[in-house]
Amino acid sequence: MFNVVKAELRKMKRPSLTVVTFSIVAALSTLFTSLIFLRLGSTSDRPRGREIAQTVESMSHSDGAYYSFSIMGLFIGLIALTVFASQSSNEYTYGTLRNLLVRQPSRMKLLAGKLMAMIVFSILLTTVAAIVNISLSYLESAQGHVDTKLWISSKAISGFLTTFGNMVLGTIGYGLVGMSLGIILKSPMSAISISLLWFMVLENILGAVLSTSTKWLPGSALSAVSTGGAKIFTYQRGLLLSAAYLLLFGGVATILFKRRDVAS
Amino acid sequence: MPPLAISVSDLSKIYGEQTAVSHATFDVPLGSVCGFVGPNGSGKTTTIRMLLGLITPTGGTGTVLGEDIRSPEKYLAKVGAMIEGPAFYPMLSGRENLKVLADLGGFPHDRVDSLLKKVGLGERGSSKFKTYSLGMKQRLGIAAALLPQPQLLILDEPTNGLDPSGIQEIRELIKELAEAGTSVFVSSHILAELEMISEYLVMLRKGKVIFAGKTQDLLGNQKPITSVKPEYQVDLNKLVEIVKNLGYEPRVENGAVHIPVGAEIGAVLNRSAFEVGITLAAITTSQPTLEETFFEMTGE
Repeated sequence: MFNVVKAELRKMKRPSLTVVTFSIVAALSTLFTSLIFLRLGSTSDRPRGREIAQTVESMSHSDGAYYSFSIMGLFIGLIALTVFASQSSNEYTYGTLRNLLVRQPSRMKLLAGKLMAMIVFSILLTTVAAIVNISLSYLESAQGHVDTKLWISSKAISGFLTTFGNMVLGTIGYGLVGMSLGIILKSPMSAISISLLWFMVLENILGAVLSTSTKWLPGSALSAVSTGGAKIFTYQRGLLLSAAYLLLFGGVATILFKRRDVAS
Repeated sequence: MPPLAISVSDLSKIYGEQTAVSHATFDVPLGSVCGFVGPNGSGKTTTIRMLLGLITPTGGTGTVLGEDIRSPEKYLAKVGAMIEGPAFYPMLSGRENLKVLADLGGFPHDRVDSLLKKVGLGERGSSKFKTYSLGMKQRLGIAAALLPQPQLLILDEPTNGLDPSGIQEIRELIKELAEAGTSVFVSSHILAELEMISEYLVMLRKGKVIFAGKTQDLLGNQKPITSVKPEYQVDLNKLVEIVKNLGYEPRVENGAVHIPVGAEIGAVLNRSAFEVGITLAAITTSQPTLEETFFEMTGE
């Protein structure tokens, strides 16, 4: 399986993929952090009944350094989903799957190796986002008069590690959805457009029309994992529901990958 | 019986109501070059894919290098294959594409450069695959097939897109590999090439094996062909009628009438043509080529 991971990572380290993907993550991280610091106000500035933005006080808390990172889960996840949907479905469109299977005939080992490579890539993606967000937060803290004393406390470090872990889990979850759809649909365009349409449009519409549905939708579940959960959607519920969806998608994709004739 | 590189018995693949391969039975001896021929859609690629574990047979059995085709992991490390044209990642260079496959198979990277040189891509190894011409893509496919230093090489149309010198190079390469003991199973539409290099032949038609055995047995059993060319092309139809009246079924090609019979027809035909005022410009008798035999047997 190590050979498969090595081969997958060799494919993925091509500049056209890494430079573009990591640049998008860095650009989004910059945008998120800058917007948060641009909109900083003091507690007294906050209009009654409106939670408009972070305040100077709230940003001085131990989670201030990685706050902007912690709210990026959906975006990093969708980037991972796009990358892995195209990586898995392109094996069918390019016809390269047959070469891979001649060199690694065990389809389960091939799939497991691809999954491992995806996990490595997801960790790298999340790490880049964390580095850019935290670095920029430090740079902008002086201008925003944010006290950073608590940012390097032990509470801050353990909080960051938990957030980072959740973000990685969420990103892997989205990536797995993309990878599964790529294998099921065998077309990067279909896999990416269907999943983006679902996560960015349909889930929101469903949630607005039928508010109870949000408790059961895959995007809400993955979002709860990335963000560490919320009152209406706890972390445990998010983990369980995400695991159920991933088992469903991953199971169908695994069965198809293992049994489907490679005739193209 | 000599040891076998490939042996299949009653191998079949059915998609819904369509039979792609029907009860195929043939053997390919170890160390031989075996041509695999058949018209488009006759089931060649499906058979090759079943041998490589890419398609599950509906019925029948088979072995490759003595191992069951249902356990491809037992033999594929010793098999090189290029199936239905070269397929690689367009954004990676030729070299990187080969390294991906070398990583996957656990082969050393130093083999990559020597193979690129061997197939004439030494100077273009760093160029992206998407910039390659069809001939270059084909060469890269052959390099990928040679990565494992195979005991058995399976090539599906390896000369597609190659110019005459490229075709000759591939022919020489196949001969060289065969001399070194590699078994080669090669499908091609260029039957004249296969005739030159193949010791054995497997011929498919509509999913069924219509011949499997030594090339010389196939060609040696064919009736000779006598080709007759009238002095004037306007006499061609009249000449066909004469041949039919003599009890033969002629075929007209390249301004000549081809008759499946030996030189004994020459005198009779010459006399009959002379009687109706036709002058024959040439009468030649030869053994049919593989191409002619193929057309005869497949009805294509």
